Amino acid sequence: MPKKEIKSKAAPKPKKESIAVKPESKLSELEATRERKNVLMQGNEAVAYGALDAGVNFFAGYPITPSTEVAEILAAELPKRGGTFIQMEDEIASICAITGASLAGAKSLTATSGPGFSLMQEGIGFAKITETPCVVVNVQRMGPSTGMPTSPAQGDMMQAKWGSHGDSPAIVLYPATVKESYELTIRAVNLSEKYRTCVILLLDEVIGHMREAVKLPDMANVRVINRIKPTVPPHWYKHYDENQKYLSPLASYGEGYRFHVTGLTHDSHGFPTNKSSEAAEMMARLRKKIDYNIRDLVQIESYQMEDAKIAIFTAGITARAAKAAIAMARYEGIKVGLLRPLTIWPFPDDAVRKMLRNVETVIVPELNQGQLIHEIQRLTKDKSDGNLIPIQRVDGQLITPNDILRKIKEVS
Amino acid sequence: MSNKVEKDRMGMIIRAEDTPEKMEVEVTEVKAPGDDDSPVLIYYNWCKKCGICVAFCPTGCLGRKSDGSPYVAAPEKCIHCETCDRLCPDFAITGAKDR
Amino acid sequence: MANIPQRIIHEYLRHDKKFPHVWCAGCSNGIVLGAIIRAIASMNLDRDDIVMVSGIGCSSRMPVYVDFNTLHTLHGRSIAYATGVKLHKPNLKVIVVTGDGDCTAIGGNHLIHAARRNIDLKVILINNNIYGMTGGQCSPTTPHEAVATTAPYGNIEPDFNVCNLAMGAGASFVARTTAFHVQEMQGIIKDAMDHPGFSLIEVVSACPVIFGRLNKKGGAPQMMKDFRDNSIPLAAVDKLPPEKVEGKIIRGILRREIRPEYTAQYADLVKRVQAKEGE
Repeated sequence: MPKKEIKSKAAPKPKKESIAVKPESKLSELEATRERKNVLMQGNEAVAYGALDAGVNFFAGYPITPSTEVAEILAAELPKRGGTFIQMEDEIASICAITGASLAGAKSLTATSGPGFSLMQEGIGFAKITETPCVVVNVQRMGPSTGMPTSPAQGDMMQAKWGSHGDSPAIVLYPATVKESYELTIRAVNLSEKYRTCVILLLDEVIGHMREAVKLPDMANVRVINRIKPTVPPHWYKHYDENQKYLSPLASYGEGYRFHVTGLTHDSHGFPTNKSSEAAEMMARLRKKIDYNIRDLVQIESYQMEDAKIAIFTAGITARAAKAAIAMARYEGIKVGLLRPLTIWPFPDDAVRKMLRNVETVIVPELNQGQLIHEIQRLTKDKSDGNLIPIQRVDGQLITPNDILRKIKEVS
Repeated sequence: MSNKVEKDRMGMIIRAEDTPEKMEVEVTEVKAPGDDDSPVLIYYNWCKKCGICVAFCPTGCLGRKSDGSPYVAAPEKCIHCETCDRLCPDFAITGAKDR
Repeated sequence: MANIPQRIIHEYLRHDKKFPHVWCAGCSNGIVLGAIIRAIASMNLDRDDIVMVSGIGCSSRMPVYVDFNTLHTLHGRSIAYATGVKLHKPNLKVIVVTGDGDCTAIGGNHLIHAARRNIDLKVILINNNIYGMTGGQCSPTTPHEAVATTAPYGNIEPDFNVCNLAMGAGASFVARTTAFHVQEMQGIIKDAMDHPGFSLIEVVSACPVIFGRLNKKGGAPQMMKDFRDNSIPLAAVDKLPPEKVEGKIIRGILRREIRPEYTAQYADLVKRVQAKEGE
């Protein structure tokens, strides 16, 4: 596809030949050759291909079980597509590098696990306040600290939202299958571009490492969203120029828009400020661009909830055990359903309130010592009643369908 | 003049002619910035009175007022070497010919 | 028409920023900024292609003032951000402005790895031997026995020789100058801009208000005089007897060698892979 000739005054002047020339992207030819038949694919592999199909052309990461496969696959695939792969010296450098690349115009992503996710928090905060699109994939493992690197856990859910200091809302997605890992990676990249923020994709170790039969969709029906391009010449450009949906266009370095980006609280031009009015305006934009677009962001699966008396609320791998438990319970005539958030943050308040109105009891199984359950308690009106039942397991093993079935029978 | 060496608050050894009562030129009627025939242009609102330009002007064309800021003491001595230009941390002085 | 002065700085500074700038009286940061502007002006580079990245600290407040693509990042992480920018758009000229604490303390890991990779970044390390912005704590380059607010009884730690550190890590262009030698600094910056590889320029600089006062250095002009009198050019080192060289600041380009540059290497890798892929 030949480069479009730009005639306007703001067009970048022809660059003189320099030593390191950016290689031409070969995406178009490559797409034709890749046949998309039914394959046995690993979760991490699905994340890598999701990133590529979403247009990610920059990956910086650091090896860590259980997410290293994402890096390994992208190390092989990105050069074929003219994209950039680099293994940085640590996870902090990785989040910084992908943010820098994004400011230069790349679609960038990194993948890590608990320990690396903790190291990346300051960088995630910087990406959020500067509203720079990037995606962090956190394949959760048993914590805390080194914990059990190859054992599943769901202990990073609160960290995914509150991990970085100061408060700025988060977009966190959470797949339950290998195919969904592919789909939610694309959605994470799209949301990061549209909302200009750092989107986090939480995986369970089990999903990251297990293989499932998956048929990737043809590129034709993969919906890819790119960042809003500025439509004004450079001297009009404001780096934070929100529209009524609180979304701002984003220019890149090297395009003639010589803008300033800083982690300091800043005004709409991006320059540091201590004026409380400008600070309030910035914080409001960070919050409103999530709160006012809840409908677009929240995604939930309501499974057999129509006549349910008991509801199970959980995410990821535990939700799959819940589905098996539901099948067994229904067989024994117990009306139970599952409500599964694919978007953990922003939390699906409305869906949960509706669930709380319709069912008598809610069971919250999770591989931690109580995180999702706090959100449900926040939304229950009558705090005293005991029909909010936790099932918690932090021994490195999954919650099994029978664990859940036993609890269902207890409360039914 | 006692032979004790006096230092001003910036630690600079005060030369005899720097002390206020010794200065022949009254501080106010100094060459205004942008004045055509002044070889050196000084932005007094940018100058932070660090004294570097005065200390390193090779021909001693600059003098220091009591408040520490520079003034063109001997315009004829200026050789437009732009040392003051380059050494000023605040871009507050320029001796460039074609400014 | 009145004679309205139009100086180089007016072309390269952001006119809507608050001047005089934020640095203290006599601080060398302003001098270094002037030298950078004059070096770039003499090379007539396209401003759209220059990116200035900085971390946190006094010197890192520089990018906000210059009319380039600017990025003011996290403490110690400027080189990691700059690596991302440079790798994605190798045609951009990426300059990193950083301080001694920002670059060799919290940012040390990124410094040595970027040097090892020999990625084409121009790192201007303004070394004033102290954490200035936070009020005078000792940094990895605070001299032995110097006083700092966190070394009230004298710094017992030995300090880094930053240039040797960078050379040891593999930087292909390493130079040192002082804030007084502005002409030399401008020349070195120009040479570094032309050098295809990791360039580290250590500018030994004065922090009169904090480091100078804590250690009784006698004010900005006095510190500048000390730089003038206590430094010798590299060329003179072997001509002078050892006791003359002892404890002096050695100025000049300490290393300039051509080694494969990282983004060029990566571009070759992509071509190789795509050629193989094409068959």
